[in-house]
Amino acid sequence: MFEIVSDPIDAAAVSAAVADPTTGATCTFIGTTRDHNDGRVVTALEYEAYPEMARAELRKIGDEARRRWPITKIAIVHRIGVVPIGEASVVIAVSSAHRVAAFEACHFAIDRLKEVVPIWKKEHFDGGEVWIGSQTGTRFE
Amino acid sequence: MTIRLRFFASLRERLKMSDATHEAAAGATAADVWSALCREHPDLEPLSGSVSFAVNREYVERLHPLHDGDELALIPPVSGGAASSADNSSRSPTNRQALHVRDRL
Repeated sequence: MFEIVSDPIDAAAVSAAVADPTTGATCTFIGTTRDHNDGRVVTALEYEAYPEMARAELRKIGDEARRRWPITKIAIVHRIGVVPIGEASVVIAVSSAHRVAAFEACHFAIDRLKEVVPIWKKEHFDGGEVWIGSQTGTRFE
Repeated sequence: MTIRLRFFASLRERLKMSDATHEAAAGATAADVWSALCREHPDLEPLSGSVSFAVNREYVERLHPLHDGDELALIPPVSGGAASSADNSSRSPTNRQALHVRDRL
């Protein structure tokens, strides 16, 4: 399961997608929108994707995780659009026979996702908005 | 040759469009198209050091040669961001390839 969605993510469903009787560990990472960043009060986060390429890049992350760790299944779902504070913007679930592989592959997957997957985040805060990474935002007067 | 351009996030907002078609000379590279865009839209010039390129949904180097009908996406820095200011785990050796991509951004 490698998906870009615009509705709220059901983290339990993502975990369930990697369930397998041969596994003894499922590691699920839930990235949620935080109410502060860089000393500012954040009111909402908005995500935009290049969806066709983002899905392909998510699949590549899954393939690479499988090559590097003895994991059984991996699922990654990223939400786009406005994500209210406290809700999940990304959920990654990895299952494996033993826990170390699931932990390490899950950590790898979120780090790599943030480096290479064409998804952009706009932070809305009191008094302005900014695209994170490019820092070409507008401060409202 | 005709190239389809895709713009996202900060670039989309600056250009006030999400896609366009662009006529390029035979043998043009991704960088050539970017330079042409910067001539048309001088306010893009400051982004030259941070934009990266994808052709037909795969990251490519700036000097990647284009072909008629290619889709060239101009990729501003992705949401990336630090895990926290004190956490450099994303710079572990396991992410060498990712860093390579980041270095191109």
